[in-house]
Amino acid sequence: MTSRDEILARVRRNQPAPQPLPSLPAFERQAKAPLASFKANLLRMGGKFVELSAFVDINTAIIDLFPKAKVICSAVPEIPGNRPIGKVRAPADLDDVDVGVVRAVYGVVETGSVWLTGAEFKVEALGFLAQHLVVLLDPTRLVATMHDAYRRRADFSAPYGVFMTGPTATADIEGVLIHGAQGIRSLTVIPVAA
Amino acid sequence: MKRIDHAEGSSTFIKAKDHIDFHDKRLWDLRKKRDRESEAMPEWEELRSLASAIKEHTLTHLADYLEEFERNATKNGATVHWARDAAEHNAIVHTILESKSARTLVKSKSMLTDECDMRRFLEQRGIKVIETDLGERIQQLDDEPPSHIVLPAVHKLRTDVARVFADTLGTDPANHDVHYLAESQRMTTRPDFLTADAGMTGANFAVAETGSVVVCTNEGNADLSVHLPKLYIASIGIEKMLPRIEHLGVFIRMLSRSALGSPITQLTSHFRAPRPGTEMHIVLVDNGRAERLGMEDFWYSLKCIRCGACMNTCPVYRRSGGLSYGATYSGPIGVIIDPTFNLRKYSALPFASTLNGSCTSVCPVKINIHEQIYKWREVIALRNQLPMAKREAMRMAGKVLASPRLYRAAAGAAGTGVEHLPRFMMYSRLNAWGKQREVPKAPPATFRQWYLANRPKKGKGPR
Repeated sequence: MTSRDEILARVRRNQPAPQPLPSLPAFERQAKAPLASFKANLLRMGGKFVELSAFVDINTAIIDLFPKAKVICSAVPEIPGNRPIGKVRAPADLDDVDVGVVRAVYGVVETGSVWLTGAEFKVEALGFLAQHLVVLLDPTRLVATMHDAYRRRADFSAPYGVFMTGPTATADIEGVLIHGAQGIRSLTVIPVAA
Repeated sequence: MKRIDHAEGSSTFIKAKDHIDFHDKRLWDLRKKRDRESEAMPEWEELRSLASAIKEHTLTHLADYLEEFERNATKNGATVHWARDAAEHNAIVHTILESKSARTLVKSKSMLTDECDMRRFLEQRGIKVIETDLGERIQQLDDEPPSHIVLPAVHKLRTDVARVFADTLGTDPANHDVHYLAESQRMTTRPDFLTADAGMTGANFAVAETGSVVVCTNEGNADLSVHLPKLYIASIGIEKMLPRIEHLGVFIRMLSRSALGSPITQLTSHFRAPRPGTEMHIVLVDNGRAERLGMEDFWYSLKCIRCGACMNTCPVYRRSGGLSYGATYSGPIGVIIDPTFNLRKYSALPFASTLNGSCTSVCPVKINIHEQIYKWREVIALRNQLPMAKREAMRMAGKVLASPRLYRAAAGAAGTGVEHLPRFMMYSRLNAWGKQREVPKAPPATFRQWYLANRPKKGKGPR
């Protein structure tokens, strides 16, 4: 008997009396000002939110926000950057990227999260090896809660998908919160219509 | 197998006053943050009930969901392996690594691989294993197991971390700055991410309908472990199954709120299929879970989502530290899981509890933790696993409490007796109670003496 068959047989033998699967309520929530709530929740998680109106255009915005950045790698057509993502051969090549730029599929108001898949990153490691990440978000593409997000079933057929909420963080030493643990040190959301 | 003596184990920690005070405060702070988050959500109790019911449904149909998960993961291009126990899990992981000639493995935190003692097994076979979660890395470099399931190094102060890093990473031993220490770990781990042959994660959830492996982290280390190497291995306990994607909404909304008092982890990652040109392997591990499923009183512990809320709220855990439990899982959840692995070895743990029920009331999946702790005590007494001193004390107490005559004699004697007992008898190794406590001064009379002297005469006074 294989381990597989043995485990499954043992599980079947020991399963308690069947319990029903409850149906999930909608948990509908209408946010009065979804974008403002999204912003507040993102800031709480250590993220940044920058309006484009403060800058000449999106490209100057990136340069003004990160004046010291040498390598900018963009996965969006509106920003060229200086490291073409299409020419990256191995994910580790992105080691020296200062700023990565991606466009989120949508945002979650409840938590200030953005949903991204491999298709948005082009190379997944861009979202983790870059020192800083800029995320363009269409301000009309927001869902209220995580329940709404997980009802978008088709999204989850992606080989990889992630809810990113602010920068990477740790509080493993004495509870001192540090933004920029192993991955991105900052995450800046800029609302830009798709 | 030697019995783990929780009281003895905690004595070292209790002596380090700075440590225990900070530990207590830090964990209670997390409990308060958890309260603020849960109280801000009107549907919190409804979510707990749903989470509990979804888990109970899944566990009572577990074999079907495991098969569905396997089917879908295989369809996605992953390879699924099954491990009966820790030894088989470690052997499978080693075989996968060997098949790709992998010599280095970067991994994110996984209680399951700690449970299997995988790191030591692989290191003995020449594989370099790098824990990449900051807390877990500190514990690896200090050659200690994690002391908390979410915060592996919560029992250490910054000065301890500075000492460990100075000895192992070559940092400045005099620099205790937390930013400096965390940055040092980031910079020394990064080259490992870039060059590792293989990456590994555990799983918070596994979704049957899509074959997805869901990992909730804050540091970015799990995603770096998966997205850089050409080989990815996920180790998953069979109880981590969920039926459908939509069920994640219930659990993701509660996990980090319960664990850290934050609305969500910085990253909630869904790994479903390998990148082109890479391999993804999933190891489904039993290691006693199927057997636990058949334990009428104890199978509910399999609902656990490893948030650690029960540990943060437990007065015994906060004041004794996770290492004193001598097991992979500590705190209230450990107390009810560990005896299923080895009843004799962990027979003292169910007594490391005040039975105050706080663990049960904060549990996001409604495990009746304190009731299970009480039931374990019964099992341990029935199977004659009580230590001699406790057994004798209970036997004597049972006799005295069962007889009013003996009780009165004992209560009267205690008042006068305690004052005249030499200190060496009251505060000795035989009397665990006297170790950290002073006996309060006995009142001049017992309640019965007082009552007999003061009770109203028949037919008089208020009723």
